[in-house]
Amino acid sequence: MVEYINLFLKAAFVENMALAFFLGMCSFLAVSKKVETAVGLGLAVIFVLGITTPINQLIYDKLLKDGALEWAGFPEADLSFLGLIAYISVIAAMVQIVEMAIDKFSPSLYASLGVFLPLIAVNCAILGSSLFMVQREYTLAESIPFALGSGFGFFIAMVALAAIRERLKYSQVPSPLRGLGITFITTGLMALGFQIFGGISL
Amino acid sequence: MKFLRKQLDKIAPNFEKGGKLEKWYPLYEAADSFMYTPGHSSKAGAHVRDGIDMKRLMMTVVIALIPATLMAFWNTGLQELRAIGTDTPGMIESILAGAWHFLPVYITTLAVGGLIEAIFAIVRKHEINEGFLVTSLLFPLILPPDIPLWQVGLGIAFGVLVGKEIFGGTGFNVLNPALTGRIFLFFAYPGQISGDNVWIANREGWTDGVSGTTALAQFYNGVAPEALTAPTGEVLTWWDYFIGWAPGSMGETSTLACLIGAAFLILSKVGSWRIMLSMFLGMVLTTLLFNAVAVNDYMRVGWQWHLVTGGFTFGMVFMATDPVSAASTNTGRWIYGFMIGALTVLVRVFNPAYPEGVMLAIIFMNVFAPTIDYYVVKANIKRREQRLELQ
Repeated sequence: MVEYINLFLKAAFVENMALAFFLGMCSFLAVSKKVETAVGLGLAVIFVLGITTPINQLIYDKLLKDGALEWAGFPEADLSFLGLIAYISVIAAMVQIVEMAIDKFSPSLYASLGVFLPLIAVNCAILGSSLFMVQREYTLAESIPFALGSGFGFFIAMVALAAIRERLKYSQVPSPLRGLGITFITTGLMALGFQIFGGISL
Repeated sequence: MKFLRKQLDKIAPNFEKGGKLEKWYPLYEAADSFMYTPGHSSKAGAHVRDGIDMKRLMMTVVIALIPATLMAFWNTGLQELRAIGTDTPGMIESILAGAWHFLPVYITTLAVGGLIEAIFAIVRKHEINEGFLVTSLLFPLILPPDIPLWQVGLGIAFGVLVGKEIFGGTGFNVLNPALTGRIFLFFAYPGQISGDNVWIANREGWTDGVSGTTALAQFYNGVAPEALTAPTGEVLTWWDYFIGWAPGSMGETSTLACLIGAAFLILSKVGSWRIMLSMFLGMVLTTLLFNAVAVNDYMRVGWQWHLVTGGFTFGMVFMATDPVSAASTNTGRWIYGFMIGALTVLVRVFNPAYPEGVMLAIIFMNVFAPTIDYYVVKANIKRREQRLELQ
């Protein structure tokens, strides 16, 4: 149990998707203008990550891995080159479902997320999580806390950035830097802060 | 003084609107209001509390820093003289030796940081702010005495430029500018200022061969608090650390001097006692929790040691309470301070990469301060709506 909690904390803080690997920057920067939308998108990311990474783990482990198709009579088959296509299809399908659900239950959030909701499908943090899972050879049980941790880390980083940006509205940023420029710099400074967890080995 | 006033008045028209030196007005304004109370008064709006303005506020912090600065002079010199073999160096002798190290660092900070501040003030047409006076005094105090001056310049340039000016100057920054400069140096030159080896000034190579580990690194290696040693080998007691006779960054060794500054800040209501108290409580409670479940020697170290070693008190009194980068709601301040205290101990005990955690904990919570405020304000709105039965 402790091992799973460690995996969660490590994915959320030490190896934060947004601030340690800088994955998923497009939605991280674009949807962090307001805290409420950031929370909405953050929850959607946690949800999509929490489902797709374990599913992709199963697909990789039972179908694609070298020798995984032994049960079907192909012990020689190695389909891991199909990985990217398979993972992205799963993610795209999941995002469609989430999109329909949000549209049904919270039209206002749906409207404020706009194009960035379907764009979760190509959010590098989500594909990145699946690829890390393959690279680090996580089991199904390990992939769940890892995915939830990654999602949670992305969530708090995005909410913190959104709160900072709401405050930055009142500051006198030099005009060439207004908008994305200062947001990039703020992200860099936040990453410095997140270094506090770098080096902790769980 | 009258003469000075006359001279300033005489050159004033040059700097005012339409004068030939109009562009340089911020420089004139800074010199004028540094020496005299500003001549203009506000025309609109209410004074919420009293006549205090940003200049007085910042000067109060500078005054609160005086004890720590004096100890910086004294202790830096004392450590150096001890390391080269003087048994009981005198006070004057030590202060002079310390000044030899502190002043170049301070002057570099003022020159580089002040230049950047002045350029921004002129180009962006805002006033040169006393906020820089605080930043420029805080910054040398958290640097080791043997730091090369080019690193000082680089650090303060980063702190003022990226930490403050690109957000619009004093009052708009997200992170504490002095700490931003320090954390930049920390990650850019980890071999030199990460805080595991002691820093003793080393003028002209007198003290070659003096090296050792800081108290925090000794804790990490399992040394019991009673057996902490200075690099020269003698045992240092809790009182040595409390008063500040231990090697370290220049201004942070003396817990006593920081506490005097804290008393001054709290009495003048410039520093938030909520942040200081909650940070202290966060540190004590986390340490007690660790003591209770201790599995290694570091977890058994008592809170009174966490208080006096490293930069905890300095961070608590002068860094965490920075009114711009800290949480600004009262409930938020409790959460903010508590988290800093807890994270500091967590990093010290569990993170082998960093012996000291105060700086990182404060920067980390600076990042989250707006989030805390946002939710505190939101909860407040909700409570009021319920009271008025709007919901």
